[in-house]
Amino acid sequence: MTSAANVPFLLTRDSATGAAIASGGLTVYTVTKAREALGRLTSEGALRLELSGLERLDTAGAWLLVTLKQERAAKGQTLTIEGASAEAMSLLQSVERALPEPEAVPAEGLSIAALLEKVGRRMATAGNYLLALLGYLGIFLHRLYRSILHPSQFRMTALVHHCEEVGVKAVPIVALMAFLIGVVLAFQGSVQLRQFGAEVFVVDLVAISILRELGILLTSIIVAGRTASAFTAAIGSMKMREEIDAMRTFGIDPAMSLFVPRILALLIVLPILGLIANVAGLVGGGLMAWIDLGISPEMFRTRLVEGTSVEHVFVGLVKAPVFALIIGVVGCHAGMQVQSNAESLGRMTSNAVVASIFAVIVADAIFSIFFARIGI
Amino acid sequence: MSTPEVVIALRGIRNQFGKQVVHDDLDLDVYRGEILGVVGGSGTGKSVLLRTIAGLQRPRAGSVNVLGIDVLTADEDTRTALENRWGVMFQDGALFSSLTVRENVEVPMRAVEGLDPGIRNALADLKISMVGLNYSAGDKYPSELSGGMRKRAGLARALALDPEILFLDEPTAGLDPIGAAAFDQLIRALSRAMGLTVFLVTHDLDTLHATCDRIAVLAEKKVLVSGTMKDMLDVDHPWVHEYFHGPRARAAFSEKRATGLMKDD
Repeated sequence: MTSAANVPFLLTRDSATGAAIASGGLTVYTVTKAREALGRLTSEGALRLELSGLERLDTAGAWLLVTLKQERAAKGQTLTIEGASAEAMSLLQSVERALPEPEAVPAEGLSIAALLEKVGRRMATAGNYLLALLGYLGIFLHRLYRSILHPSQFRMTALVHHCEEVGVKAVPIVALMAFLIGVVLAFQGSVQLRQFGAEVFVVDLVAISILRELGILLTSIIVAGRTASAFTAAIGSMKMREEIDAMRTFGIDPAMSLFVPRILALLIVLPILGLIANVAGLVGGGLMAWIDLGISPEMFRTRLVEGTSVEHVFVGLVKAPVFALIIGVVGCHAGMQVQSNAESLGRMTSNAVVASIFAVIVADAIFSIFFARIGI
Repeated sequence: MSTPEVVIALRGIRNQFGKQVVHDDLDLDVYRGEILGVVGGSGTGKSVLLRTIAGLQRPRAGSVNVLGIDVLTADEDTRTALENRWGVMFQDGALFSSLTVRENVEVPMRAVEGLDPGIRNALADLKISMVGLNYSAGDKYPSELSGGMRKRAGLARALALDPEILFLDEPTAGLDPIGAAAFDQLIRALSRAMGLTVFLVTHDLDTLHATCDRIAVLAEKKVLVSGTMKDMLDVDHPWVHEYFHGPRARAAFSEKRATGLMKDD
């Protein structure tokens, strides 16, 4: 038996009886051509189709014959199928029985009302999301309070493990990033300030921008990308495999054992990472100032200590715990939203990264306005 | 039919993973139009055997001949043509998660040259309906379906090109008894309507009773025995005896006897 793909469909006329004779294969491979050929016979009121010469008939061919018969019936014409084998008849019957009836799909309106409804739903979703994040923050703080009251419930090993994962392993990338930012700032600053003969202010430029803003902001963005995604993936895959439900059945609180060590680890290590970034940024800026402007490390240090108030460091680092809470809460919340398919795990992971980076930047903007208003 | 045509012929198959030999010198024939059930204990390589025939697992030794073509030595074009003549339904459907059910069923049809998109769409709807899914299921994504519906959708995709051979991996695993019975009937009805040869791997004794014409038992790294259900009952190999005379088998039997469906017992 040859492959069905190689058998062409042929339609001829029996000049004696006037019946159309189908032969060859009426299969999914020939159905398009067969429909054209059979469609040309519309002029006749009563069409007789002889199938005894047909070598192969599959469901696609049967579908064509059944739908053709129905289409012709709707126009008051008939189609009589003759000479079909027993198998062909049973196939035709099964297809006719199974023929789906399209259900009317409610058309989606493009009216202004529908558009407004969409916007409203989006807004409500966003509002609910913020509320849910607030809820998770509340859960975290409550469990933290409980672990102070009952230190035995606190999972120290997990905390240390996450400090290593989130903090120690992030040091190289954070330090390198801050170092390069310092280099870039010093270089760009020197090009501009040299025009005014004010090269020495490069020190202030680097110090203030790194200490106040960039050190902690860029560290948080890197940590958000690294850690929020890791939290979501870890908690999400546990959710997917019903491990979290299993925990609940044993009376283990997922918030206590999963959220508290993770978010607390972030709270501890993010300020430290910020400090490392500050130092690396200053080193990078100092190096570039030395190479490009001839400001010696000694001079850089003197200028730094004299010209830059220590409150810049404080202003920068005070933001770290807030950023840490944002990253941790967003990551844990996204992990708990994962459903039982791998696709939602991927979607929630990328959502967590985008949402936490966005939230960190918004929070930073709010801090800037706040500090400007209170004058520090 | 006095001499039924052999559509799948396995000779001297040897499969091994590392040092663990799963199949050794395994022979099996599958005849046109029959529903063959493959049973065996866990780890006897039922799914591996299915994967070997479907070309997903290359055996260490032996030959696999499907529809007259040697699967292991055939060139790429011959293999592609052959793959269009069989359909595989994986355990959980293995539907493409980024496509709707209708698009999933259309995937094999896209390889057919010159097939009108409108017809393709209608044929996909027909296949979805033939496996007993609602019209509206066509627009859903796999993640929105229950396990039983996913299996049906997987079956619809396997049937997209009207294959001559259908491979089913544990078609009723994870279904409730009512859903499993309905699936058994569906396989039987479709195989009769479309003239399918079905190779199914199962653990489900009810499926064996309700759908299979012939049963092959995998044990001791080969096909230990094959034959009808009646033949199986007379085999005195300990595992086979335990399998077909165990408490669950008895339960499945007595039910069939009570409803008069088991005629040859």
